[in-house]
Amino acid sequence: MTTVADPQAAEHRLNRAAIRPGRIITWTLLFIGGVIMVTPLLYMLSTSLKSAGQIYDLQLIPANPTLNNYIAVLSDGRFMRWFFNSTFIAVCSTLSAVFFDSMVGYTLAKFQFRGRFLVFIAILSTLMIPTEMLVIPWYLMSAQLGWINTYWGIMFPGMITAFGVFLMKQFFESVPDDFLEAARIDGLNEFQIWWKVAMPLVTPAISALAIFTFLGNWTAFFWPLIVTNSRELYTLPVGLSSFAVEQSIQWEMIMTGAALATIPTLIVFLVLQRYIVRGVMLAGLKG
Amino acid sequence: MADTTADPAPKGRIWDKLTIGQKRVVWAWVFLAIPIVFFVVIRFYPTFWAFWLSLTNWDLMRPARFIGLANYQRLLNDPAFWQVFRNTFAYLIIGTPISLLLSFVIAYYLDRVRFMHGFIRALYFVPFLTTAAAMAWVWRWFYQPVPIGVLNNILASIGLPAQPFLRSIEQGLPSIMVTAIWAGLGFQIIIFMAGLRAIPQTYYEAARIDGLGEWPILRKITLPLLKPTTVFLVVFSSIGFLRIFDQVYNMTTNDPGGPLNTTKPLVLMIYQTAFQSYAMGYAAAQTVVLFTILLIVSLLQLWVLRERK
Repeated sequence: MTTVADPQAAEHRLNRAAIRPGRIITWTLLFIGGVIMVTPLLYMLSTSLKSAGQIYDLQLIPANPTLNNYIAVLSDGRFMRWFFNSTFIAVCSTLSAVFFDSMVGYTLAKFQFRGRFLVFIAILSTLMIPTEMLVIPWYLMSAQLGWINTYWGIMFPGMITAFGVFLMKQFFESVPDDFLEAARIDGLNEFQIWWKVAMPLVTPAISALAIFTFLGNWTAFFWPLIVTNSRELYTLPVGLSSFAVEQSIQWEMIMTGAALATIPTLIVFLVLQRYIVRGVMLAGLKG
Repeated sequence: MADTTADPAPKGRIWDKLTIGQKRVVWAWVFLAIPIVFFVVIRFYPTFWAFWLSLTNWDLMRPARFIGLANYQRLLNDPAFWQVFRNTFAYLIIGTPISLLLSFVIAYYLDRVRFMHGFIRALYFVPFLTTAAAMAWVWRWFYQPVPIGVLNNILASIGLPAQPFLRSIEQGLPSIMVTAIWAGLGFQIIIFMAGLRAIPQTYYEAARIDGLGEWPILRKITLPLLKPTTVFLVVFSSIGFLRIFDQVYNMTTNDPGGPLNTTKPLVLMIYQTAFQSYAMGYAAAQTVVLFTILLIVSLLQLWVLRERK
């Protein structure tokens, strides 16, 4: 396995960078690029704090910042509902995916049985099938089973993920068998060995998987758009999209909606940034 | 959940007679039972169903009738499909190289920056954490004509003519693509940086002892050793552009895929065919085409990686 970031190597590289001329220019250019990257977010936030008359001034700092837009958008409770829907769905999907993906990954990594390779290949092969191909059957299935406009209908496709199974299998393979054997001698059953001994040893992988699954479900648009047609059941992205269409050219309201859909989780993600970056690196290198 | 699965096997005579190895096999299948049912019902069965549907004329009204390859024939003769096909590949062929080049250059230099490294990295990474549907609306606002649109105001303030952006058949697709590149750049930068750090320092040291300069080191050491990362990102980003939907849908709600279908990608066509025209069979055929394209891209990845081993 490759080490993700060797601190010494990084240190060495940084020292080398320190004596290079022109590094101030590099830094400045990178900084400007970074500022450009966050400009859309800053403008979104700034416009959400302006009144309708002020949005043409294009000042980044609003002259008379006001929370009126937020009060107006939140007053009818729709956004709160969508926020709840998205959170509930993302949390349930994440818990389920982490539980089942690691259970399957562990089984495929640590058990010897006939058909293991076949099961692994079969699960892995589903990664080849794009969601877009499955949505039509899923929709028909949901229609027959009454899953349209239900939380379950929105989240059932993501309850177990092939990507997660693959990721967790990779990580469980690096768990030494001795640990599991010792637990077996201590009289733990196989479920306890997995849950109490193996799982704590792959916490970084679990957090990476949890973050990915949450992010994926939180930002999901295509399937929730198809499977919901009642405003009550919209997720935040779908709700925001319908809200924005409704507002037509009231950009300050649309920006307020976009800010509500973006900023709260963005803060959480920024707090967790270190883990997310580590997770992306882990998944990228193993994947 | 833990309690129900904690002790699944009957503690009867049969269980006691099993060897430790056999017990473990039973456990393995107990662990796999629910996931296997899930993958069969939610992934495999719908996959075959989609293939089957693509050979029928089902429209939710009349019962499905087998019509052979008629949907595919119709697709090949549909000028709208070829327009969409071209658009989809335009997203891929322009989007992937630009986003990869940008992210590599940024990662390459960002990797050496020490001062406020974490902060600058965060600036680039933030867009990846946003919701595409929400940010599409922010970009859409940026692209508006003069009194409202930010970009046109900037152009006006430096004396350049206003641009139609999303309202033009030439600029519509690139304008949407910028949004997609912007959203994915942070992820690619992080992956490139991970790849760069995985290259052992000894290679660089040896190269410097040999007197190689910055540029030869990049060309002869960094880029070749970074190949697995690059290939992964090419495929990941290609698949992303081939499946683009959220941005297009939200940036062109008044005329989805417009103007004149010039921004419409395959997934949007599938969405409209299936869920607005309810031509399920025809839409299924389109999804099979998408599947085939994605499969070819993935197989190319395997082939490229195998080639150099």
